[in-house]
Amino acid sequence: MIEFRAVTKRFEDGTIAVDELDLTVEAGTITVFVGPSGCGKTTSLRMVNRMIDPTSGTILVDGKDVLTVDPPTLRRGIGYVIQQAGLFPHRTVLDNVATVPLLSGWDRRKARTRAAELLEIVGLDPAFGKRYPAQLSGGQQQRVGVARALAADPPVLLMDEPFSAVDPVVREDLQNELLRLQAELDKTIVFVTHDIDEALKLGERVAVFQTGGHLAQYARPTELLAAPANDFVASFVGRDRGYRTLTFLHADVPVHPITTAKLGQRITVTDWTLVVDDANRPKGWLSGVDGEVEISEQDLISGGSLYDGSTLRGALDAALSSPSALGVVVDDAGAVTGVVKADDVIKALAKARAAGEVPK
Amino acid sequence: MTWIFENWERFWEVTEVHLRLSVVPVVIGFLLSIPLGWVASRSNTARAILFPLANILFTIPSIALIVITPVLIGVKILDEINVVVPLVIYTVALMVRSVADALSAVPGHVTAAANAMGFRPLRRFLTVDFPLALPVTIAGLRVATVSNISMVSVGALVGLGGYGQLFTEGYQTDHTDKVLAGLIGTIVLAALADGLLLLIGRLLTPWTRAGR
Repeated sequence: MIEFRAVTKRFEDGTIAVDELDLTVEAGTITVFVGPSGCGKTTSLRMVNRMIDPTSGTILVDGKDVLTVDPPTLRRGIGYVIQQAGLFPHRTVLDNVATVPLLSGWDRRKARTRAAELLEIVGLDPAFGKRYPAQLSGGQQQRVGVARALAADPPVLLMDEPFSAVDPVVREDLQNELLRLQAELDKTIVFVTHDIDEALKLGERVAVFQTGGHLAQYARPTELLAAPANDFVASFVGRDRGYRTLTFLHADVPVHPITTAKLGQRITVTDWTLVVDDANRPKGWLSGVDGEVEISEQDLISGGSLYDGSTLRGALDAALSSPSALGVVVDDAGAVTGVVKADDVIKALAKARAAGEVPK
Repeated sequence: MTWIFENWERFWEVTEVHLRLSVVPVVIGFLLSIPLGWVASRSNTARAILFPLANILFTIPSIALIVITPVLIGVKILDEINVVVPLVIYTVALMVRSVADALSAVPGHVTAAANAMGFRPLRRFLTVDFPLALPVTIAGLRVATVSNISMVSVGALVGLGGYGQLFTEGYQTDHTDKVLAGLIGTIVLAALADGLLLLIGRLLTPWTRAGR
């Protein structure tokens, strides 16, 4: 558990980075600090491991005032992941991961064995251990950064915009990986980002910081979307927050059957037809063409997003992004099981609201 | 050329002296420039003092410095230290900038990460900052070494050993072969020293050549 008690940071030039911050980060949760640049979110994070010391106030990690611990000792007990991963370019991946155990006085063999385990935990082939960081992609480097932060098994993990320098696809992978890791490891994680979507996806609790170092709201993502504390929070979480709320709703949406066909088949197309491959995975749509056709790749209209049965947001997006207005539903193997309609999603939402499942 | 083979023992003796008089100052100068370069990389004030000072020292003609050193430090004119001290000064003047630039070029996110991992300052310097500064530092060291090997010859003008003796003797006795021998010795020595440092640098920095 991390407690900020009336913490203020005033820099030498007089700017107030953090203003009287009172906040408790619960043990075993991911808490996200989010806000525009200059809002004090990163300064707050860095005060936890004394990269910056507060001007006044107290920060307690598991009940202990951090100012009473000498910084190197404190830092070895707190994992830290930064934006560009900050790996040591002159050390192999394995030695990078083994850094903190070695600093804490483990013997080399034990530290390396532990490092190799961690590479597997973060989803990297142990063969990467012999490489240098420059030989890895940005996403792989960031995984190594996470492995390095976890090496000495610290109870607390600080993550300072760790995924903001990688492309969106890799970022989503890394976010999912973090959620999977956290389900296994149960760390107390403080995660800083300026991306509200990332905050809402990862955070069990989200602290929205406002310019000038004020904590504007500290709440669960659903509460943040349903009841922003002020205009700043409302504008920061965005205009489409009603739509984002769907991310947190799981409800049954009726799945309708759909006519499917395979490439090369000769059929008479009367209505929207979904073309699938041999494993029944969607390849694209065929619109109503007159008469009999032989289906070829160039006739296909590419489809929208796929709905994997997770949240209402996915269902609605699948329907809205599909050229046929029918959202393709797939199972875990990616095979088509049917389609959903936007109308049904809205009905499901109304039902969930009536049942009191939508936060007010 | 024949002079070298006919006077092998003399040539070897001169080579040894020349090597000693150029390598000792490089080693001392290099060791001194590490803390000075570190200070210059950390403080703008130190940089503003050290860099111009280094430039001024480097512009003092070597002959003047060699002649004036015994007066300043109070030793006999024929002592080898009269060459060592000026060359240490030149080495430091060259290397302080290399070391400072090399240390400043270590990426900020790497040093920040090192601090956040819990490195203490000395260990961070020895195992993170300095190794990462090696490529640029060694490039500077190669320049300093070669220039020292060339400058040691000036010591002959105050009667000290090294290839410079072959130049003065050859000139006075109109013996071109001897001058040529000194010249060849200087060039070969410089090339060998440069190659050796290049090799050491490559062995110490395998990560710089790790391709994707």
